[in-house]
Amino acid sequence: KRIKTLETRDL
Amino acid sequence: MIHQYKLNGYNIVLDVYSGSVHSVDAVAYDVIAMYTDTPKDKIVARIREKYPEVSEADVLECIEDVEELKANGKLFTDDAFSARAAAFKAKTCVLKALCLHVAHSCNLACAYCFAGQGEYSGENALMSYDVGKRAMDFLVENSGSRTNLEVDFFGGEPLLNWDVVKRLVAYGRALEKTCGKKFRFTLTTNGVLLDPEVTDFCNKEMYNVVLSLDGRKEIHDRYRVDRAGKGSYERVVPNFQAFVKARGDGEYYVRGTYSRYNTDFLQDILHMTELGFSKLSMEPVVSNPDEPWALSESDLPVLYEQYERLASLMLEREKEGRPFTFYHYMVDLKNGPCIYKRISGCGSGTEYLAVTPQGELYPCHQFVGDPHFLMGDIWKGVANTALREEFQGCSVYAREGCKDCWAKLFCAGGCAANAYHTTGSLTGVYEYGCKLFRKRMECSIMRKVAQAEE
Repeated sequence: KRIKTLETRDL
Repeated sequence: MIHQYKLNGYNIVLDVYSGSVHSVDAVAYDVIAMYTDTPKDKIVARIREKYPEVSEADVLECIEDVEELKANGKLFTDDAFSARAAAFKAKTCVLKALCLHVAHSCNLACAYCFAGQGEYSGENALMSYDVGKRAMDFLVENSGSRTNLEVDFFGGEPLLNWDVVKRLVAYGRALEKTCGKKFRFTLTTNGVLLDPEVTDFCNKEMYNVVLSLDGRKEIHDRYRVDRAGKGSYERVVPNFQAFVKARGDGEYYVRGTYSRYNTDFLQDILHMTELGFSKLSMEPVVSNPDEPWALSESDLPVLYEQYERLASLMLEREKEGRPFTFYHYMVDLKNGPCIYKRISGCGSGTEYLAVTPQGELYPCHQFVGDPHFLMGDIWKGVANTALREEFQGCSVYAREGCKDCWAKLFCAGGCAANAYHTTGSLTGVYEYGCKLFRKRMECSIMRKVAQAEE
């Protein structure tokens, strides 16, 4: 509820 | 390694080695800041003291979330790439692109020009068709299994040698049929000779065109003057407007240079939009600190503020349906470069070379004219293999100054030419440029967070 993770690529 | 910052009302956490970006609330922001060096019970106590409305269970749940992200490789990720940097050093030197200096001559004499008014410390010269043709053969011969190759027509002012440019494009198209390669052509111009015939040809053949405009008339005309010292704004702006109108959806950039005389460069970007341009770039001048146009440490606060205001303005304009793009904010978190490229950088001196009108090879356009960086020629190839090996070693892990930088996997160690010209070493660090780069990355990532929150 306190952290939103953006969609990012696998490096 | 992580980087935490607050910008435009967002609390942002970047996990450096996974590339993960988290948008968090104030409580999570503080929990993450304490997580690695504070016992769990003290984190709870400090959070509850600062945020009395938050329960102990809430704080513990937040800590569990942080631990889950860490376990999933999204937060506090270890550096798994440093051991592979040595392997990248052994990268082959298969060419992907050439910068063709079709003209070491210019019809303008911009004071801040890194190329010494287009002549690169040498004599006025135009590339012959035969030299250009051989350069393209050289690119094909040294491109290995690569299918897609890029040729950038550069100067000086390439339109001073327009007939050769057209013939070389035609030669490239013929090569495509016989060699199984595909060429992507690009052009950079000051716009003085950008007439309808050039425009039509560019719209058919040039993948991208960079149009040099510094912004407001008084800013542009301060440095972008002709050989008689007269400003060029009135001559080039109508040409650029006609070009962009005819360009349709094609790629172009209106590209400006800002200096100490327009640290309020956001006004120049806005002026570009008022002129009808929407694909923009505005880049800091890189020069000897003694030059009158040089940027200094005292300019940084206003430059940071300009970048932040630009990012906010772009978000507003997107909501209004009047978006514009800014080259340095075009970070792609979902599809950006793989780790190889994030460590090894642009490929200058190895995968990309500049060719002079005489057919000499240099690591990139910014080294042309410096005899220390002459690599060979297009007939015999790269003779200075020691120099090429030096460029092969130019990874982000070769730069001691990048060791603790959170932005290192976005810039790959930065520009070797800027490093050399400011520190005397290819693996040095142009710290002033780094400061601006980090601010741009903070703004770019904030824009992505804002877009994700909508």
